Amino acid sequence: MKGLLDQQFENGGVIITKVDDLLNWSRLSSLFPMTFGLACCAIEFMSTGSTVYDMDRFGMVPRATPRQSDVMIVSGTVTFKMADRIKQLYEQMAEPRYVISMGSCSNCGGPYWQHGYHVVKGVDRIVPVDVYVPGCPPRPEALIGGILKLHEKIRNESRMKPTALENLIDRNG
Amino acid sequence: MKETQYIFSPDNLVASEPNKFDASKLKSEEMIINLGPQHPSTHGVLRLEVLSDGEIIKDVVPHIGYLHRCFEKHAESLPFNQIIPFVDRMDYLAAMNSEHAYAMGVERMLGITNQIPKRVEYIRVLVAELNRIASHLIAVGTFGLDLGAFTPFFWIMRDREHILRLLEWASGARMLYNYIWVGGLFYDVPVGFEKRCREFITYFKPKVIELEQLLVDNKIFIDRTANIGVLPLNLAINSGATGPMLRGSGLRFDLRKVDGYSVYPELDFDIPIGEGKMGATGDCWDRTWVRVREIHESLHIMQQCIDKLEGEHKRTREFDPQALVPKKIRPQAQEIYVRAENPKGELGFYFRTDGKSDIPFRCKVRACSFVNLSILPELCKGVLIADLIAILGSIDIVLGEVDR
Amino acid sequence: MIAMDNARLIELVRSVAGTAEEVKNTTPLSLSIDASALILVCEQLHKNPETYFDMLTCVTGVDNGPEANTMEVIYQLYSIPFNHSLMLKVILPRENPEIESVTSIWKSADWLEREVFDMFGIVFKNHPDLRRILMPADWNGYPLRKDYKHEETYRGIKID
Repeated sequence: MKGLLDQQFENGGVIITKVDDLLNWSRLSSLFPMTFGLACCAIEFMSTGSTVYDMDRFGMVPRATPRQSDVMIVSGTVTFKMADRIKQLYEQMAEPRYVISMGSCSNCGGPYWQHGYHVVKGVDRIVPVDVYVPGCPPRPEALIGGILKLHEKIRNESRMKPTALENLIDRNG
Repeated sequence: MKETQYIFSPDNLVASEPNKFDASKLKSEEMIINLGPQHPSTHGVLRLEVLSDGEIIKDVVPHIGYLHRCFEKHAESLPFNQIIPFVDRMDYLAAMNSEHAYAMGVERMLGITNQIPKRVEYIRVLVAELNRIASHLIAVGTFGLDLGAFTPFFWIMRDREHILRLLEWASGARMLYNYIWVGGLFYDVPVGFEKRCREFITYFKPKVIELEQLLVDNKIFIDRTANIGVLPLNLAINSGATGPMLRGSGLRFDLRKVDGYSVYPELDFDIPIGEGKMGATGDCWDRTWVRVREIHESLHIMQQCIDKLEGEHKRTREFDPQALVPKKIRPQAQEIYVRAENPKGELGFYFRTDGKSDIPFRCKVRACSFVNLSILPELCKGVLIADLIAILGSIDIVLGEVDR
Repeated sequence: MIAMDNARLIELVRSVAGTAEEVKNTTPLSLSIDASALILVCEQLHKNPETYFDMLTCVTGVDNGPEANTMEVIYQLYSIPFNHSLMLKVILPRENPEIESVTSIWKSADWLEREVFDMFGIVFKNHPDLRRILMPADWNGYPLRKDYKHEETYRGIKID
């Protein structure tokens, strides 16, 4: 099956598409993750980035600085000492920005939910999360599945739809 | 999306982890540089506060605790056998070794050390040595990555995948196994595991030699690591360094030979030490060289274990690895300190039990990376910032163990 | 080199510390000494050519609970030339526990004692840099005490 560009360029170099689709396609094809590994899940994230389960084929190149990255993959346990820094890094990312919560520690506190006095029970108490990937640690294939789900979510975004009313309803319950 | 609960205030960061040096009291040429908890290196959430005169470092203060996951509190609230998954997650790169140390400690408290079947002990040593190879591969590969060598990192990831698949076949999980239980194992190794291990050893031996030729004998690597971060032997012993840090400084001290726990006395292997081939004894190059030599020794140990597992201690139909796993672990009232050789150093557990419950009264972990990291400020006086990265990489820390 | 046997070691420690009791049911040998004699005993064990305990591997804090009203600090010593291990135990009162720091003898005590301070609140006198190491600096309470109850929130985030 030919890719998007090959199909569209059959008609003499003219593509007709919606602005939404074009923007979303360009955004999801080159999501730059921030190198933000906290604990064991970071090692599986590194494995996903290396040769066997390549992440580069999705256009994802890890960037060290939050200013140049699109997605923050929170991999590992979030502690209270680290919570301030996570919030600061999230604020330093430029929009559009997404957060993938990888592993059960950042989903909900993980195995440390019961007696962990220093563990934040889920990174969604600090930053808004788009995709949750379960596992302890999730397999690289599971993380790639989470990334593809994020692609789905981005594909359904729209910059053109009027969202002011929706935001108002969301904020006031 | 859920509402977030965080309350912002401008001095949150300074209040939770203040700097040791005060910016207003510095001399005019000094500056404080913060290598923050998020950084492109792969060691984890470690924060280094560097007081430097231009590019030359005057003092380094490591700030840790960003991954403190309250292991000791969990260990005071859960029965002995339920703590094993938490032990895994401390040193997540060498989980089998950590579990081995913990299981050994509880078995010594129960007094059943001599009753564990030999086949169980040989399987434990086999998976522990496999995990030792995996841990040393990450140490060497990420050290190269820190210094700018990208290729060895991808090579070790490729080879480590083979090890992880072997261990997944045996235990069910790629990285955090919950396999070595108190009194035995979770499952026996699958049929054909020994044959696959042999194939892995034949595949892997030339790859280690290739890795050594590419990275460790590389002129650029030698220039960057020789004579950097020299750790004198008396400082190493006084500061409690163990593992490749101590052996890189020239002392032939390995707990597998000194204590002779499990079936290591029946196996034949050498202890490599740093000899100062490329510079002073105890520099970064020596420590990396010791780790690569230990990979060779681990392959040799694995070969002997597989011979025993296919020979004297073959699998039989009646063999049950869970035969000696006690239903209720209630040791008598005692205190014990047990130690084992983790890939990174000496992992020690201090247990105190009161004899009345299945929950330890106190379980303290003596983490090797914690004590090894405390030597960093001593090693970094007067070096350049690029050398600081090299020294940190050669200490080989994993933050899960430093912070527990 | 042959290590000293237990009886002679207890004699040696007793001659320096005044009193030294052997704790029952411990592996390796554990001796309970007074807090005031700690530095003298450690210096003697470190320098004496027949014992030469050159490595301090672990410093543990133990909280015996509000009923027993004591806390303990346990030092694990190891001698590389003699392959000999020893535990030293010091019992402290639970209100304002204080003890001398041994960082002047072994450098590994630096971070190990900081961790005991962080988790239990035991103050080490003459420590070069006693501050919290694992918990945030503005955390209230000493987490590993038996009667520790954490607060409701930290920075607005619920702790539970």
